[in-house]
Amino acid sequence: MRTPRHDLSRRRLLFGGAAVSAGVLLAGCTSNEQNPTEAQTKAAGSGANTEPGKKVSIGFSAPAADHGWIAAITNNAKAQAGAYQDVELKSVEAGADAAAQRAALSTLISQKPDVIVLLPHDGKELNAFGLEAMKAGIPVVNLDRAFPDARAYRCQIKGDNYGMGVAAATYIAEQLKAKGVSNPVIGEIPGIESLELTQERSKGFADTLASYGFKVANRRPAEFTVDSGQQAATGLFQALPKIDAVWNHDDDQGIGVLAAVNQANRKEFIMVGGAGSKKAMEDIAADNTVLKATVTYSPSMASSAISLARLIGQGKGMSDLVELQVPKEIVLASETITKENASDYLKLGF
Amino acid sequence: MSEATDTSLPAQSPPVERAETAKVDAPAKLSWWRGDGGEGAKRNLGLLAVLVVLVVIGILTRPDLYGDPNWVWGNTLTILKLASVVGVVTVGMTFVIIGGGIDLSVGAIVALAGVWCTTVATQSYGAGGMIFTALTVGLAVGVVNGLLVSYGRLVPFIATLAMLVAARGLAAEISDKQTQVSGNTFINGIASTNVLGIPLLVYILVAVVAAGWVLLNRTTFGRRTVAVGGNPEAARLAGINVRRHTVLLYALSGLCCGIAAVMLTAQATSAQAAMANLYELDAIAAAIIGGTLLSGGRGTIIGSLLGVIIFSTITNLFAINNLSAEAQNMVKGGIIVAAVLVQQVQFGSLTQFLARNRATTT
Repeated sequence: MRTPRHDLSRRRLLFGGAAVSAGVLLAGCTSNEQNPTEAQTKAAGSGANTEPGKKVSIGFSAPAADHGWIAAITNNAKAQAGAYQDVELKSVEAGADAAAQRAALSTLISQKPDVIVLLPHDGKELNAFGLEAMKAGIPVVNLDRAFPDARAYRCQIKGDNYGMGVAAATYIAEQLKAKGVSNPVIGEIPGIESLELTQERSKGFADTLASYGFKVANRRPAEFTVDSGQQAATGLFQALPKIDAVWNHDDDQGIGVLAAVNQANRKEFIMVGGAGSKKAMEDIAADNTVLKATVTYSPSMASSAISLARLIGQGKGMSDLVELQVPKEIVLASETITKENASDYLKLGF
Repeated sequence: MSEATDTSLPAQSPPVERAETAKVDAPAKLSWWRGDGGEGAKRNLGLLAVLVVLVVIGILTRPDLYGDPNWVWGNTLTILKLASVVGVVTVGMTFVIIGGGIDLSVGAIVALAGVWCTTVATQSYGAGGMIFTALTVGLAVGVVNGLLVSYGRLVPFIATLAMLVAARGLAAEISDKQTQVSGNTFINGIASTNVLGIPLLVYILVAVVAAGWVLLNRTTFGRRTVAVGGNPEAARLAGINVRRHTVLLYALSGLCCGIAAVMLTAQATSAQAAMANLYELDAIAAAIIGGTLLSGGRGTIIGSLLGVIIFSTITNLFAINNLSAEAQNMVKGGIIVAAVLVQQVQFGSLTQFLARNRATTT
C-alpha cells in the first residue's frame, strides 16, 4: 500500500507541471480585447459647449462589472472623458457592495475632484455619501440609481424602468391586436427580482397590458445571466404549452432565453427584449428569431453623465435649453427598436 | 510517511459515524445501490417517496397539463435536463464531502471554464479545442484547490472560498466582462441534440453518475475516499496517502465542473463570468439531502442525484403553478432542514436523536 515518497513527488510534479503548462498555453492563445465603444460617445467639435474650457477633474465610480451593461457603462464614461481635452477622469473601483463603494468614494473626496459621477450599488444606501460630498462642495451626478434625497445630488440621469415596461407592453399589445388575438397568453422573464428597477419594469408592463385588457400568464425571474435566462425560459415553456408573447427584461440574459427557444423548438410567439444589446439588435434586424423588438435602456447614459458633469464643472448650461445651468434631473426615454429602425440604433448597442 | 497529521481534515466526527465508516472499510457486502453500511438504500427510498409526493402535487395542481402524456414525457426530460448540469457538479462535490472536505468554488470554476472555452481565441480551435480547454481549466483549478488544502494545509472552506473569489475575477478578466457568445454549432448542439428521444445532456449526466457510482463503490479509490473522510488519521495509519488522495478528490471535483461548463455553455449558447451563480450551494444542499454527511465518511452518489432531481422538480412545480421564486427558495430551505431531520429520526437512531434533544434542552 505504501508508495515510495520519491515516486509520489515525481508523479505530483508531472501532474502539476502538466496542469500549469496547459494553463500557460491556454492563456497565451486567449485574447478578448474589446474595442472601446465609438458612437456611444459624443465627439467634441460641434457647438459652443464642446470647445475646450476650464479644466475639470471628474471622479468616477461604478460597480465592478460582471455584466455587459455595467461594463459598457464604465467603458462609455472613460471613452467620453477621453474625448474632451479639458477633462481629467479619476476612476475608482466600487468593489463588491455598498460598503466597499462608500470606502472607495471617501478616498475620492480627499482628492477633491470638481465633480463626482457615480453609479451607486444602491441609491438608498449611498444617499448619505451624496449628502456628504455635496456638503463638501463637490457636485454629484447620480447615474441610473436615484438618491431618495434631493439634496444628495446636483444632477440625476437615469433610464426609465417603468417606461421600459410600458414600451414593451405597448408593442406586444399592438402586435397582438393587429393579429386579432383576443385572449393572449403572455409570459414575462424579469431579471433579479429583488431589485427596485425590476419591480418598476414589471409594474409598467402589467399596468399597460391591463389597459388593453390583457394580463401576464406566467412570470419566471432570472438573474441577468445567460444561464439563468435559459433556465427561466425553459420553466416558462413547460408551464405554458402555447404562448402568444414574451417580454424578457434583459438582452444579456436574452441570449440564454433564445437558446431555450431553439432547444424547446418553440416559435409560436413574439418576444421583446430589454436594454438594447448589439446582439439583440442584429437578431431583430435579421428577423430570423422570435425576437421582434427590444426596448432601450442604454448605457450611453454614462457618456451623457460625463458631459453633464463637465458642463456643471465649467458652470455652463445645455446649449439647446434656455436655462443657464444643467437641469436637475434627466430621465431617458425608453425607445422601441424594431426591424425598421434597428440599423439606426445599432451604433448604440453594447 | 509518518509526518504530520493532516489538520485540515475534520477528524472529530461523532463516534456513531466512525462506527459506520469502519463497517465500510471492512469488505462489506454492497447491494447495487448501497454506498454505505446499508442505510443508504433506505434513505434513497425515502427520497424517492419525496419525489413521488412532488409529482402527485404536480398532478393535483395542474391536471390539465398532466392529462397529456406527451407533455408529461417532455416535462420529465426537461426536469432531468435542468438537473443535468448541477447533477454533474454534485457528483464531484459528493466525493469531496465524503472525503472530509468541501468545495465552495464549483460555481466559479464552471464560470471560469465556460468563459475560457468560449473566448474568441479558443473558439477558433473548434469544438475539440473548446472542450479540451474547459476540461483542462476545470481540472487545473481543482488541482490547485487540492494542493492548497493538502500541502498548503489550508482549511478547505478557506482555500475554496479564496478560489471562488479568484476564479470569478479571472473569469471576468478573460471574458472582458462581456457575455461570450458561442458560435460553435457542435457545442451548442450538445444541448439540443436528442438520441433515441432522450436529450444528450441526460446521457452525460447518467454517464457521470454511473462513473461516480463505480468509482465510489467498486474501486480502491472509493474505499479510500470513505476512509479518509471518516478518519484521516486512521486512514493514514492504514497506509493511505491522505494528502495525495485529497488532491485527487478536488481534481475530480474540478473536472466535473469542466464537464458541467461545457454543458451549461451549450445550454446558454454562451458563457459569462456571472454564470453558474450559487451552484456550490445547490450542489452541497443536494448532496446533504442525499444523505452525505457534511463531516465526511458517508454518502451515496444515487442519493445526491435524487437530491438534485428533487430540487429540479420543485423548481418545475413552482413554474407550472406560476408561484414566485421567493416562495420557491423558502420551500427549498425547508426541505433541506426537513430531509436532514427525517434522516436523523428515521435512520440515525431515534433514541440518540431524542437523547441529544434532551441534552440540549436541559
